[in-house]
Amino acid sequence: MFLYRLKRTIKLGGKSLWMHRLRSTLTTLGIVFGVCSVIAMLAIGEGASQQAQAQIAKLGSTNVIVKTVKPTATQSTNTETDTVNQYGLTYDDAEGFRQTIPNVDVVVPLYRMTQQAWYRNRTVQMDVVGTVPWYPEVTSVRIIRGRFLSPQDMDYQQNICVIDEQVADKLFVVDDPIGKDVKIKGAYYLIVGIVTSLGATNLGSEDAANMIATDTHESGLTGNIYICLSTFKNIFGEEVVQYTGGIRQTERVELQEITVKVRTLDQIPVTKSILESILERTHNQKDYQVVVPFELLRQARESKRIFSIVLGSIAAISLLVGGIGIMNIMLASVSERTREIGVRRALGAKRRDIIIQFLSETVMLTMAGGLIGIALGTLIPYFVTKYSNMPTDVTALSLILAFGISAAVGVTFGLYPAYRAAHMDPIESLRHE
Amino acid sequence: MAIVKIEKLCKSYFLGTYTLPVLKDMDLTFEEGEYAAIMGPSGSGKSTLLNVLGCLDRPTSGSYFLGDRDVSNLSDDELSFIRGQRIGFIFQSYNLIPQLNIIENIAVPMFYQGKSEDFCHQRALELAEMVGLTDRLTHRPYELSGGQQQRVAIARSLANDPLIILADEPTGNLDSESGRDILKILNSLCEQGKTLLVVTHDAGVGKRAERIIHLLDGYIERIENNGHKE
Repeated sequence: MFLYRLKRTIKLGGKSLWMHRLRSTLTTLGIVFGVCSVIAMLAIGEGASQQAQAQIAKLGSTNVIVKTVKPTATQSTNTETDTVNQYGLTYDDAEGFRQTIPNVDVVVPLYRMTQQAWYRNRTVQMDVVGTVPWYPEVTSVRIIRGRFLSPQDMDYQQNICVIDEQVADKLFVVDDPIGKDVKIKGAYYLIVGIVTSLGATNLGSEDAANMIATDTHESGLTGNIYICLSTFKNIFGEEVVQYTGGIRQTERVELQEITVKVRTLDQIPVTKSILESILERTHNQKDYQVVVPFELLRQARESKRIFSIVLGSIAAISLLVGGIGIMNIMLASVSERTREIGVRRALGAKRRDIIIQFLSETVMLTMAGGLIGIALGTLIPYFVTKYSNMPTDVTALSLILAFGISAAVGVTFGLYPAYRAAHMDPIESLRHE
Repeated sequence: MAIVKIEKLCKSYFLGTYTLPVLKDMDLTFEEGEYAAIMGPSGSGKSTLLNVLGCLDRPTSGSYFLGDRDVSNLSDDELSFIRGQRIGFIFQSYNLIPQLNIIENIAVPMFYQGKSEDFCHQRALELAEMVGLTDRLTHRPYELSGGQQQRVAIARSLANDPLIILADEPTGNLDSESGRDILKILNSLCEQGKTLLVVTHDAGVGKRAERIIHLLDGYIERIENNGHKE
């Protein structure tokens, strides 16, 4: 019986709203925009955050990465003679880390350079990464076929290499790369294995002030080829030479990057400070940068949290404004229907019947606005991803939250007009024009 | 049996420091099945008496028995319930609800008494037929003539089988022909045993009642016994 009355009341509310379609639509716009913008912005923020966190995670959460950075103070003031500028991480540093820092699992030195790789008549630009056999332990790279570099390759400085999926796809298409040769800078390298790609941008390169590569490409964009560090040194050397106005400026760097993997997360802060103190002692200039992916992850999460709070506040304000608009319209509606309210009271309606009638109208308005807002809010991220390739993620939580809040706004801002309606004097109401 | 009994009924309005007495020490009884008219000049207290009898307002003092119940000091909720269950209203300007069709309008009092959907619909159809409305039942009030709207209002007033029906100038907004039709319907209600109280200015309306209570300045000036056939 109660259900029947509720159903009738809701039907009546719907009829009233339908009779004033334009007014009802305009009234809900505030809620529609509020809900839509919350969902869309949260989705964009979530997508960006997930992408950032995934990239950071690929760097390895138990890693501490030290990068070579070109010191800012060494712009050569000497413009008359040839100069040789040596800076950055060294093999001694790597060895020092391995021997000095406790609880370190692995130390991986690295050197990277962008080059052109050839197979038959196909070519692709990629990064040549000179590193050690235990490189996969500190990254998310996994062997798909064949094998990675081995200690024997290192010892004998063999011209062998391991390519990643992207390079395999671009250079070899349907041929099997294993056992074939790829030509880089005039030399041939035998492919012994294929690994997974690291993914999009190498986030670390955005943090490093300068990379010593001749082309400052974001590595990973077109794939990596891994060769032994020792081989790398032999073929590519450690120097980059620049001629400026007849003067020869040489930059020499032993290692571009050393990745240190610790055993457990709680050892990261200690390891980081030990690393920094070692480097402070052994380097006389700030030609390095310590990157802790775990901290970056924490910062990314914190940024996202702040972003969500800011977003939530904006949404709250817009929903508040929307709710006030609705309350205003409902008060006007109550005023318009004073006579009707009086008649209903005369016919036996109790105060709570009137409250339920008008409250349900308001809640229907806000929930309709909420639903439209949800529909729009889900569509917008879809188009954003489609046309700008930015990842977005509409979370179920944001939808439920948006819907719940629109209902809550309806009840909150509908209560006062409904109360006003219910407490009008029936006699006065019947006299009303 | 006395359906309505008011004793020493007073109603005053308190306006700041000034008290305005509108109904003064009234004693009145209505019998079941009676057709009575309440008449008087403006300011005589007709509307106020109607409001008190209709449980839209509480008396300042005195008592009001409707049926077997003293309704002089009930809460708002109780008054609402009594109105819906025991009193039927017919207004001068019909006061139908514009968003509802005829059947739905007739069903409104039953809705507030918690009757089921089927019951409401069935009874509304019966009442519509009783007042001579058989077609256009899904039409809205604005699609009907004044006379038709008042018929709907009469049907509505009968919805919960009330003890009394209160009519405030029922033919006030109607032309003479429609007015006559309505009065005929009201007469037939009385013949069926309904108790009808009509408040009116119109002497022509008044003389159709069995008894006319003349009010003046909040008192009962005189009671005129009409007899049904005179």
